[in-house]
Amino acid sequence: MITKRLIACFDVMNGRVTKAQNFQDNIDIDDAEVIAEKMYNDQIDEIVFYDITASLQKRPTDLDTVRRVAKKVFVPFTVGGGISSLNDMYEVLKAGAEKISIDSMAVRKPSIITEGALAFGKQCIVLSMQVKNVGKSNKIPSGYEIAIDGARVFTGMDAVEWAIRGEGLGAGEICVNSIDGDGTHAGYDIEITSQIATAVNIPVIASGGAGNPKHLVDVFTKTDVSAAIISSMLYSPRIKRNYSVKEIKEKLSLSNVPIRPWIIDYTISI
Amino acid sequence: MIGVIDYKAGNGPSVLNALNNLNIEASLVSTSEQIEGLSAIILPGVGSAEATVSSLKEMNCLNAIEHMVLNRGLPFMGICIGLQVLFEHSEEGDVDCLGWIHGSVKKFSERAVRVPQIGWNEACFTQSHPILNGLNKSEYFYFVNSYYVEPNDKSIILAETEYGGKFCSMISYKNIIASQFHIEKSGVVGLKILRNFGLIAGGNL
Repeated sequence: MITKRLIACFDVMNGRVTKAQNFQDNIDIDDAEVIAEKMYNDQIDEIVFYDITASLQKRPTDLDTVRRVAKKVFVPFTVGGGISSLNDMYEVLKAGAEKISIDSMAVRKPSIITEGALAFGKQCIVLSMQVKNVGKSNKIPSGYEIAIDGARVFTGMDAVEWAIRGEGLGAGEICVNSIDGDGTHAGYDIEITSQIATAVNIPVIASGGAGNPKHLVDVFTKTDVSAAIISSMLYSPRIKRNYSVKEIKEKLSLSNVPIRPWIIDYTISI
Repeated sequence: MIGVIDYKAGNGPSVLNALNNLNIEASLVSTSEQIEGLSAIILPGVGSAEATVSSLKEMNCLNAIEHMVLNRGLPFMGICIGLQVLFEHSEEGDVDCLGWIHGSVKKFSERAVRVPQIGWNEACFTQSHPILNGLNKSEYFYFVNSYYVEPNDKSIILAETEYGGKFCSMISYKNIIASQFHIEKSGVVGLKILRNFGLIAGGNL
């Protein structure tokens, strides 16, 4: 049986993991490679890394950090930030990532989803979307609007409509990141996550708001998502306490959420 | 030296990183000359069967690979698309594949499950094999696929997995081992398979 995935997410700036709150006020955590290796040894199912200043600084993704991380983690690894062309995608994949996450760029140029899917397979393309609860209206029937550029610019696009369109354009997965939930540690936005998971037939990833294992139980039992992103609860000093992957998985197991079982001896003799 | 076939849509670097981590001597290869001196070959894969088959044909090294694997019996490992292209035909793009193994590649039913399958799923081993040394009777691996293989000869099936029905997730046929799951991205369990493959390549298993 396919299991639910826990994805560790980290924002990277100058090769180091940083933690923001509501998209600002960043604090330094540790070297990206160190955090990635720690997460891997803690048996995380997947890792995603966002180069958060690449687009702003109009430069390509920090490939050196991608390469360093890829040498340490032997679970799937997604990279986002600074990817604006097919060639950028190729460089990131060649540096050792499995998947590309595209967000603002996909809104500006939706054809990049199709181009990427044709060149590298749809499984390579994660359509990430920043969604904000704006209330239901004729223009925004789901009640959630898409924002871009670090949640600063609103697009007038409906989140569910964009998800369906993204699937049609060739996205392999959709990551729903709640702007309201981001950094609050108050739980995922079940409402929009559920709407999108019901609307599309590709895997959906919940993101934004996880603060404790109960939030993961909620999102996996109340919606049909395939995966959930966690970050603060793993390593941020800004949260009441951090949790190990083992603790989270134990909690999920007790609630009958199917997960990749914990392995007692996660080392290998050569 | 194990050669990891390097083609544009492949994820050769990921496989190489995993082999390097295990101190197994390996490099990316793309020419006939490089292939002739190898102790084993790994064909990694992401993307589509069609793109992979046409990349392999463009590289002009397919004859060398076929000679080494099919005539000389060199240990060979195929991963994901590297499994699918070994069969005769794929529904993906209605394309003829390499035809080393009798059977075809089919699509998951979109009515039954989300497609692609992305995530950790259980492979239940149906036979014992040296490549599985140190593994349990079933293990979890990372899968990313919309298509699966259906071999004509069921006796070559080494593992099965459930996704809207049972499908073949690993095969063993003569000197060929191939898996639908990403061995290089399945944590320590995948690394054990690569370690075993390294031992087979070196004549030590």
